[in-house]
Amino acid sequence: MRNQQASQLLFELSRPGRRAHTFDSLDVPEPDLEQMFDSDDLAATPPPLPELAEGDVVRHFVGLSTLNMSVDTHFYPLGSCTMKYNPKRNERIASLPGFAHVHPMQEASTIQGLLHCLYELQEMLAEISGLPGVSLQPAAGAHGELTALFVAAAYFQSRGENRRVVLTADSAHGTNPASAQMAGFATKTVKSNGDGLVDLDDLKAKLGDDTAVFMLTNPNTLGLFDRQIETINHLVHEAGALIYLDGANMNAILGITRPGDFGADLMHYNPHKTFSGPHGGGGPGAGPICVRDFLAPFLPGPIVTRQMDDDGQPILELTTPEHSIGRVRSFFGNVGVLMRAYIYIRTYGGDGLRRVSEDAVLGANYLLSKVKHILDVPHGDRCMHEFVASATRLKKQSGLSAMDLAKRVLDYGFHAPTVYFPLVVDEAVMVEPTETESKQTLDAFAEALFRITEESDDLVHEAPHTTRISRPDDVAAARRPVLKWSDASDETATP
Amino acid sequence: MSYLFHTEEDRAEMLGSIGAESVQQLLDAQVPASVQLKRPLKLPAATDEINLTRELTQSAATNASTSSHVCFLGGGAYDHFIPAVVDEIASRGEYYTSYTPYQAEVSQGNLQVMFEYETLITQLTGLGVSNASLYDGGSAATEAVLMSLAIKRDRSKVITSDVVHPHYRETLAAYLHNVDVELVVVPSDDDGLSTPMIDAIDEQTACVLIQHPNYVGRLESVASIAAAAKEAGALTIESFDPISLGRLKRPGDLGVDIAVAEGQCLGNPLAYGGPYLGIMACREDLVRRLPGRIAGQTTDRRGKRCWVLTLQTREQHIRRDKATSNICSNQTLLALRSSVYLSLLGPHGLRETADQCIAKLSYAKECFEACERFEVLHPGAAVKEFVVRDLSADVGGLMDHASQSGVLAGINLDPLVGDSTSSLPDRYQHCFLVAVTEQRTRSEIQSLVRTLESAPALASPPT
Amino acid sequence: MARDPEQLLYADSHEWVDVQDTDGGKVAVIGISAFAVEQLNDLVYMDLPDVGRELAAGDEFGEVESVKAVSPMYSPVAGEVLEVHADLPDSLDGLNDDPYDFGWIIKVKMNGDVPASLLDHAAYQKQCSEAG
Repeated sequence: MRNQQASQLLFELSRPGRRAHTFDSLDVPEPDLEQMFDSDDLAATPPPLPELAEGDVVRHFVGLSTLNMSVDTHFYPLGSCTMKYNPKRNERIASLPGFAHVHPMQEASTIQGLLHCLYELQEMLAEISGLPGVSLQPAAGAHGELTALFVAAAYFQSRGENRRVVLTADSAHGTNPASAQMAGFATKTVKSNGDGLVDLDDLKAKLGDDTAVFMLTNPNTLGLFDRQIETINHLVHEAGALIYLDGANMNAILGITRPGDFGADLMHYNPHKTFSGPHGGGGPGAGPICVRDFLAPFLPGPIVTRQMDDDGQPILELTTPEHSIGRVRSFFGNVGVLMRAYIYIRTYGGDGLRRVSEDAVLGANYLLSKVKHILDVPHGDRCMHEFVASATRLKKQSGLSAMDLAKRVLDYGFHAPTVYFPLVVDEAVMVEPTETESKQTLDAFAEALFRITEESDDLVHEAPHTTRISRPDDVAAARRPVLKWSDASDETATP
Repeated sequence: MSYLFHTEEDRAEMLGSIGAESVQQLLDAQVPASVQLKRPLKLPAATDEINLTRELTQSAATNASTSSHVCFLGGGAYDHFIPAVVDEIASRGEYYTSYTPYQAEVSQGNLQVMFEYETLITQLTGLGVSNASLYDGGSAATEAVLMSLAIKRDRSKVITSDVVHPHYRETLAAYLHNVDVELVVVPSDDDGLSTPMIDAIDEQTACVLIQHPNYVGRLESVASIAAAAKEAGALTIESFDPISLGRLKRPGDLGVDIAVAEGQCLGNPLAYGGPYLGIMACREDLVRRLPGRIAGQTTDRRGKRCWVLTLQTREQHIRRDKATSNICSNQTLLALRSSVYLSLLGPHGLRETADQCIAKLSYAKECFEACERFEVLHPGAAVKEFVVRDLSADVGGLMDHASQSGVLAGINLDPLVGDSTSSLPDRYQHCFLVAVTEQRTRSEIQSLVRTLESAPALASPPT
Repeated sequence: MARDPEQLLYADSHEWVDVQDTDGGKVAVIGISAFAVEQLNDLVYMDLPDVGRELAAGDEFGEVESVKAVSPMYSPVAGEVLEVHADLPDSLDGLNDDPYDFGWIIKVKMNGDVPASLLDHAAYQKQCSEAG
């Protein structure tokens, strides 16, 4: 269905004199602004925002929404992103005024109910990770990485140890070396071996008395649990360094194994992935971190602590750890996202969370058992919650790339897998089905992949055919950036 | 289990296809037994929707909120009205259950929203280019400083003032702690203005960070500070209040190079501090150093206008160990809410919102000035916030009394006064910060002042 | 006169260098090889140094970007940046088409010898074929 109002920009719909939001007249005296303000401070006219009626706005944004694929509407096997079902009860409960309409500077005494939830969430994240110190403050996964590295830096500084190097795996998310750089560390890359796991010889060669942290993703971005974990644990700690776990793949191991039990000293969660927060077109997320007890004094504040009053009733307070690194953002944290994670964990309980991971592993292995007959899967026929196939053979045979395959998948009514990540696999196709997809959906997806490989090359190479647009020109966008609308900017466009 | 799918029959078939006897066997093949958890997680038992809804509805009801109390709290987060349309649009699953637009063909809705958001922010700020959002006001201010340091690579001093938001300064200090940069916090003058920072700007200064209106509600001489910074070859970063721009001059019209803001006030719920919206815009020629995602316009293979993520090589996950920013994701859902909000207000709605705040704030100031117990610290122009001193020196008791009477009366500044890089100066001892939005009514303001006046004073106030 | 790729020296980081004797001493003209241009695929942006900047051999002097990758460019020689090809960032197609003449990037007034580690054309080709 064509929708003219969605394809036009807000600014093109604007008509001078239209407006949506109006006010009753003032119930207090109207001040004389000219007299009150320095004339240098006042703008003659308000900012030139578009002028629209309420009906314009609703139809425009509802129309635009229909141009998105989403978990609510489509299977979304975007590897590394854990696009699981977003429970509606989370939305309703987290939106209750007593949670959503609380001001961040309210005194703790006025929000004991909310602080109780956040305290329990801290305890839950500690139990799930096996790491007792928790800060809910970071705003996203990468922000959690950075915060944890600040904590590690403060810890080593407190011991007078000058450790300036962070090791990252070559299969790691690009955020790992970036976070290390931002925390003032130099970085070195540790190679993967032929099995896609940490190359122990390379790790040994790069570990030294200048190593502060080894950043590990486990299960890694190939969807493999590193079975050498005990050796890694031993090597890194023997060198006096800490292990950081990138918790991006926690959905594979809830209740099965705990980072604190396999050697991690610090980690972040992506609650929007593991605990079903809505991804919101790229955010918001949250990035709470968990650390070992000896690192807890360095965590950012405030954190929620519990005391007993004279009557033995619990009182929740906000405290800042003794040697805190300070804060990494304004206010407490992304409470709206954290509350959804809390509600999710409460819904499943401990056994349920284990079942979540078991089903995530079952679904991924099932899909792998189908896909391995269609595409090469370079790293064996077992995986945790996701796997990485490669379109290299397809490329050699028919010139079709991972990107072509991804684009054609869209025509079959599925979101595409992640492509070209991780970097250690050529023509990577990274598939994460999550536990909230049925066998029937997984069958249909595998069938679509199979049919695509049987289709004519031209058909696939020009895909997608069923979407409103196809193959936008990224090169032109980057060479001659048009980053905002202006009266002149639509000259080149065809309606 | 709540959101799971597989029947026992499905499971058996799936395991058969895999060639495994059980999921445990799949796990045992990969996870060493020695690190497997041999016991159930110790978590509260699974709870069904009925019981969880009942329990948490009761828990929510124990919290004071802007629904149960009249809110005069501000300090970067404000109780502005959120029109129904904002919630209605943002609750569409196509928006909130989608992700980063890696596949532009099936993300044109989000990409166009990002492009429109960027345009709205350039209109709002008067600057040439905006990113698609950052985490919040504090990290946005910090990212702007990091961006300035990346642009002015041979300079290593950052200047700010002690009336910039304490949380923003604390965040900045934490980020700069591990790098070789000098953070200078210049004391404000007795009028609560940052003008003295002009004298601190030198050839080593990479940037100055100011807030306007500042944390205590004062209007800064932004243009003079920006001119002094420019003269010394430094960049000016202004943390602005979006609503105030309905009346005040825009950062771009004051000579500011990078503008940042907390975008919560533009249609986003207070939610005890987040998720919020970090706004960031800059001069067009600085775009290659602007952190965060950016959507841009292009055409598809049939020549149709469309939108994509662009200039991605700026982004930290691509720059890896050469990153100059920590931003990876963004806050599209909140940027969407703010875009809807600004679309509903338009230029005249934004102006009237600012004017309503100014008028109600002026009235509130007059009411406080008429009280013997209170002193309004800085007379003069303000948009939605001002500082009141309790001459009885019991701000904590005052605030407690008010909240028990259904009024969140203001932010107690006492805990924020001190001598760290993020503290407020001594003059704000025994003071509280009152914020007045367009939602407040004459009778609510009267009730605020009456409630505070009637609070019991300390037996022996300090001399 | 067209520059002959076979007569140039190369860094293993894919920059070519053409050392010219002038009245003011040795000047190195520096660009990136056809192999690098092809590997980078659809260049979109180039960041150039300021004239007058002092470079040691191996120092990064700028960056070249494709849609999703950014590659640093390193100076094969030590010296002072004498001239930059300021029009190049706006005509990157020209770099794609003609990396050795139109595509020169900077000129450096050398203050040392030509490093012995630079590769001749044959050795560089061998390195590229092994990488490819």
